[in-house]
Amino acid sequence: MEILLFGIAKDIVGQSEIRISSDDAALHSVQELKDFMVRKFPEFGKLSSFAVAVNSEYAQDDVPLNRNDEIAIIPPVSGG
Amino acid sequence: MDRKIIEIVQTIDTSQVFTDLSDAQSGGICVFVGTVREFTQGEAVVSLEFETYEKMALKEMDKIASDALEKWKLNKVIIRHAVGLKKVEEPVVVVGASSAHRDACFEACRYLIDTLKETVPIWKKEVFENKAVWVSAHP
Repeated sequence: MEILLFGIAKDIVGQSEIRISSDDAALHSVQELKDFMVRKFPEFGKLSSFAVAVNSEYAQDDVPLNRNDEIAIIPPVSGG
Repeated sequence: MDRKIIEIVQTIDTSQVFTDLSDAQSGGICVFVGTVREFTQGEAVVSLEFETYEKMALKEMDKIASDALEKWKLNKVIIRHAVGLKKVEEPVVVVGASSAHRDACFEACRYLIDTLKETVPIWKKEVFENKAVWVSAHP
């Protein structure tokens, strides 16, 4: 699956998208994705918080992830 | 005509908002313009860089405008945010509402900007002389 990255998330990973194959990790939920990101990129653990959007909507930790979903990491927002 | 104007733009023209919100049924228009401030905690800011997840940001902005239209008796609502590089004093966001009586548009205007800052996926990087910082990223 492909994960879109914005703001500081893009800086931490060093690119605007990351592809996670099922060989890397089997991620079934938002919580599992968050845990994976912190494991793979410890800098995520230092953020104030970060959310995940599934199909461009904020998703709770128990929301399941499907291969065709549009998934994005949403670090703390700071518009305005 | 649609009562909501929801836009992400490169450059904000602040003179446009009166026409956007002007309306025969309204006795008042209330507008908030967010601009680039020169100093953050005593350090001089060179510029701000705004980035967005546009598809989601437009959805979240639309929800805020719809909520405001439900909470108050408003005739028109606008949420317009700029992205890209912005210099000191440049406008970066315009929100506002028009209503028959002023209480509704004053209260709605505050709600629009406060909620935008909490939920809309837009990120601001402060560029200083010798560093750049994503605002609010770290505790």
